[in-house]
Amino acid sequence: MENFLQQLINGVTLGAIYGLIAIGYTMVFGIIGMVNFAHGDVFMLSAFIALIIYLAMTQILGVTSLGLVFLIVLVCAMALTALWNWAIERVAYRPLRGSFRLAPLISAIGMSIFLANFVQVVQGPRNKPVPPMFTDVIHVTSGGAFDVTLSYKQILIVGVTGVLLLAFWYLVQKTALGRAQRACEQDRTMAALLGVDVDRTISLTFIIGAALAAVAGTLYMMYYGVVNFSDGFTPGVKAFTAAVLGGIGSLPGAVIGGLLIGLIETFWSAYFSSDYKDVAAFSILVITLIFMPSGLLGRPEVEKV
Amino acid sequence: MSPSMSITRALREAGFAGLVAAGLAFPILTLGTEMDQSNRLVLEQRWSWMAIAAALVFVGRFLVLAFARKPARAAPHTGARVLSPALAAALPRAGVIALFLFPMVMLFWLGPQGSLKWINNYGVQILIYVMLGWGLNIVVGLAGLLDLGYVAFYAVGAYTYALLSTHFGLSFWICLPLAGLMAASWGAMLGFPVLRLRGDYLAIVTLAFGEIVSAVLTNWTDFSNGKAGIMSIPRITFFGLPFNANENGFAATFGLEFQAIHRTIFLFYLILALALITHVVTLRLRALPVGRAWEALREDEIACRSLGINTVNTKLTAFALGAMFAGFAGSFFAVRQGFVNPDSFTFMESATILAIVVLGGMGSQLGVALAAVVMVGGTEVLRELTFLKQIFGSSFDPSLYRMLLFGLAMVVMMIWRPRGLISSREPSVFLSQKKNVSGALVQEGHG
Repeated sequence: MENFLQQLINGVTLGAIYGLIAIGYTMVFGIIGMVNFAHGDVFMLSAFIALIIYLAMTQILGVTSLGLVFLIVLVCAMALTALWNWAIERVAYRPLRGSFRLAPLISAIGMSIFLANFVQVVQGPRNKPVPPMFTDVIHVTSGGAFDVTLSYKQILIVGVTGVLLLAFWYLVQKTALGRAQRACEQDRTMAALLGVDVDRTISLTFIIGAALAAVAGTLYMMYYGVVNFSDGFTPGVKAFTAAVLGGIGSLPGAVIGGLLIGLIETFWSAYFSSDYKDVAAFSILVITLIFMPSGLLGRPEVEKV
Repeated sequence: MSPSMSITRALREAGFAGLVAAGLAFPILTLGTEMDQSNRLVLEQRWSWMAIAAALVFVGRFLVLAFARKPARAAPHTGARVLSPALAAALPRAGVIALFLFPMVMLFWLGPQGSLKWINNYGVQILIYVMLGWGLNIVVGLAGLLDLGYVAFYAVGAYTYALLSTHFGLSFWICLPLAGLMAASWGAMLGFPVLRLRGDYLAIVTLAFGEIVSAVLTNWTDFSNGKAGIMSIPRITFFGLPFNANENGFAATFGLEFQAIHRTIFLFYLILALALITHVVTLRLRALPVGRAWEALREDEIACRSLGINTVNTKLTAFALGAMFAGFAGSFFAVRQGFVNPDSFTFMESATILAIVVLGGMGSQLGVALAAVVMVGGTEVLRELTFLKQIFGSSFDPSLYRMLLFGLAMVVMMIWRPRGLISSREPSVFLSQKKNVSGALVQEGHG
């Protein structure tokens, strides 16, 4: 029982991170129908940016209040990662809009390779240990086989994710920008005819996706305490799995899918074998696509002649 | 040729690009994380890098805006081409002859020691990728099924030979067809569950499949010896004659002086033969009903089904045949290296092979070969650029930038020529006269 509760806590934490990345995939796929392969590496880049800003704040500027540092790191990482993703879209994807469908995919794979190796070249190939922060834990139960703990980090991760998802939901559902975004998702040509600036909306989609990935990157860096240039690929593919599981194009689906993948991975590691946790996540992807190609909350794709 | 933009406007836009570059460079370039003595991370400030990055982007953007012509949109029916028809017809023949002569010329010119690197690192290495590219071309270029897990079949081939030869002592010549069969059956096995999937979904499932295969090879230690890999795989023999200095070896039998280069040259001709077999089989298959069905499937799956083409068999044969050639290439890889471990079969390999196919112009055999030369040969050349050390200082390692430039090249080539190097297609079926069509008229990755 203790084990189950502890794994549940860990799984939800991991799932929150996957969910945040998955939104970036699902939004981009919804609006331009492309798998943004570089998104996982954008996430990795954001973790590096967060780490550097954190070090700069504590070492160069000497800010001591951890809460303030965390807030500034989060905001800076979101802004700078958004700038990166905006530039990537502008340089690598926009010229290929309207080209045949494999072209942006190959361009995105190239971008993914470029980003990972760029970070390797400028920051070095070694693992970067992050100074520990928010180390306190709350003992949820005690006296059993072992104490179930809930760390401040985990509360922070779930809390930040929740708040940002609410803000994001408001943005998409209630603002003019969100309406434009949803309109482009339904029919880009029609939206353009009705005066929606499609290029600008797509840019904004990339910016929002990157900002959410940066939140995930900051939390990931803080939670795992180590970042590496190759950290983008596997979380990226798993977040994509989450997006597909939830139904690609569906925003609540991405979050639910992220939570499910996080839970499946954690429970698999706890009860079976941690060696095969990636195999478990990828098998879920294959099984979902074969038996439920539109995911949990997705709309079925209609094939027309 | 008139400049496409006024100089002031180009300056203004380039200035904007430079500013963006400075913003992008800000934390990741200007502040480097380094370990100090006590293994703590400390920041190293290098603000000059930011200035350099911004200046480079400014100058580059300005030159492009002010002096590059807008690419003229080619009419879709003419088919823009890099090569003239006569050259395109002559190039394959000349290429094959040149490849046959290549090891001899190198040996004569540079001697046994000097030519080893050229025949091995350039010749054999590029030909492996040409073969893999042609194999994947069957799946992606002809049948239009986007496969991101192709390296899994390469791994199946390599491990088939590695395991059969180390455990059962089977020779390479028996294992080669077995590896092909094994990979083909794995291809069909992957084909079954993904029959209903299309486009990007298919790509992701094949990617997941590739990752599962590599995770199993890494973790199932009893079977594959895990990360450590399988060592001392028997080397290639000349149809039974080993390449060693013994009296029953290849050199002694043919009355030659023993040299290590003999094996490399034999490997070169072997992979050349395998690659050419892949090519010829692909060409012949395109003329057969199954090949025509592949191309029809690529163009329109619904029309295919309405015309009574069995799409299940068509897709499965494409997967199986593409996988078979990867299996051949895999067992060749194992016999060449004498060592296999899961690190050789990562997603990066799949991405490289797919990039070669797409950059070559999908469906174009010549284009795939050219792209393999450019991408693989190009990254090999980067290892050689030691003179750059004199410019940038001795700590500069050009091979570090290999994959960086590879990724960048993929992006640039896509923007420059989305339809690949050879963007015209020869139709397999025609009415009265064979006309080249533009690649833009061909459906791809339809699923």
